[in-house]
Amino acid sequence: MRRIVVVGASAAGLAAAETLRREAYEGIITLVGDEPLAPYDRPPLSKQILAAEWEPERLALRTPDTLAALDLDLRLGVTATGLEPADRTIELADGSAVPYDGLVIATGVRPRRLPGEGAHVLRTLDDALTLREQLTPGRRLVVVGAGFLGAEVAAVAWRLGCEVTLLEPAPVPLAHAVGMEVGKVLTNAHLERGVDLRCGVTVTEVTEDGVRLADGSEIEADEVLVAIGSLPNTDWLAGSSLTVGDGVVCDEYCKAGPNVYAAGDVAHWYNPLFGTSMRIEHRTTAAEQGMAAARNLLHPEAGKPFAPVPYFWSDQYDMKIQAYGYLRDHAEVALVEGDLAERKFVAAYRTGDRVTGALAVGMPPKAIRQWRQAIATGAAWHDTVSTAVPAMES
Amino acid sequence: MKVELDADKCVASGQCVLAAMDVFDQDDDGIAILLEEQVGDDRLDDVKEAVVVCPAAAIRLVEQ
Repeated sequence: MRRIVVVGASAAGLAAAETLRREAYEGIITLVGDEPLAPYDRPPLSKQILAAEWEPERLALRTPDTLAALDLDLRLGVTATGLEPADRTIELADGSAVPYDGLVIATGVRPRRLPGEGAHVLRTLDDALTLREQLTPGRRLVVVGAGFLGAEVAAVAWRLGCEVTLLEPAPVPLAHAVGMEVGKVLTNAHLERGVDLRCGVTVTEVTEDGVRLADGSEIEADEVLVAIGSLPNTDWLAGSSLTVGDGVVCDEYCKAGPNVYAAGDVAHWYNPLFGTSMRIEHRTTAAEQGMAAARNLLHPEAGKPFAPVPYFWSDQYDMKIQAYGYLRDHAEVALVEGDLAERKFVAAYRTGDRVTGALAVGMPPKAIRQWRQAIATGAAWHDTVSTAVPAMES
Repeated sequence: MKVELDADKCVASGQCVLAAMDVFDQDDDGIAILLEEQVGDDRLDDVKEAVVVCPAAAIRLVEQ
């Protein structure tokens, strides 16, 4: 292969490019990114950057020297607009076309929005810096969506002295992922600090004065952040003959088509460890999948299924939340260590007869690692979770 | 090569320990600890893996 094009210059794309070089690929690597910045890290945007604890320079994923050593054909600030599979060519917004022999698609996601103008979203460094300027003491901030992003922003804004209202359609934050009992722990963390978390509330639009709810009432705000999830960036693949559903559909090798692989937030691949297709928007999965896609592209004859245990963390107030596995659509949750009320615990999640997830708050790493191991080995629930452990209402 | 760890950036994911258990560990708060500063060629691949999977970009390998 003379040229490999990686579309997307964030965590997954960078990991793919780096891995190609590590695997001694000596051809041209074209790395295309729609933002003008060199690859940077996103998780701190809703944490240290928003809190003004870090300046943007700290986000750089690699030093300029390390990046230069990769000898990339770097095309930053350019969006990919089309893929012509017959000619094996990528079309870019600047009118140029880049031929490829191998392709890694890592175009990520964009925030879902609500009807109406003037609301913030939080995906890019620009988004974070724009919001950060507004988070001054006494400002009224409405956050729509109490997922991890919304909850992190609420926590930072509260710490900065804002009056925060957090609106969530589900009965507790992240109900479908973490379950009711853990969701209540998250709820209490907001309420006891005076963050006005309102669950069971659906927002229909952003207005001039704030947001309008499904019942027609309005909540006034100085600033609104919409954090209601993301949409995969696949529009540019229309007409490409790749299968696009909720993301770029791939097999267990992250392969989407002939010599075409996908990685990161945009990839919807079959994870054989859980026996299901998934699209994961976690930082660690992005890097791991970038590596896996690059290796499988270079060595298809020795291809390895990508079967990770997904991992994410979230910092909310004084809580560090860590989760392993696939919690979504679980059948049962059990408290396996610690105490919910003290916010020091490990909860295990069952799907079928297997341990498929674990979520920990305020626990030492060794307490969590054994649960990761149980998920990685597909441990049977009844062998791993003692029957003495109280099941929680899910 | 020399391994450098920026503990201030560490987010306690423990991914480095999974990649190279004999080079990294975690303290009770989960923050990464360097067990070996100098790594030989036999450990290089695992440490490079740790560099890539670290979600905080807190690990660097430096030529000496």
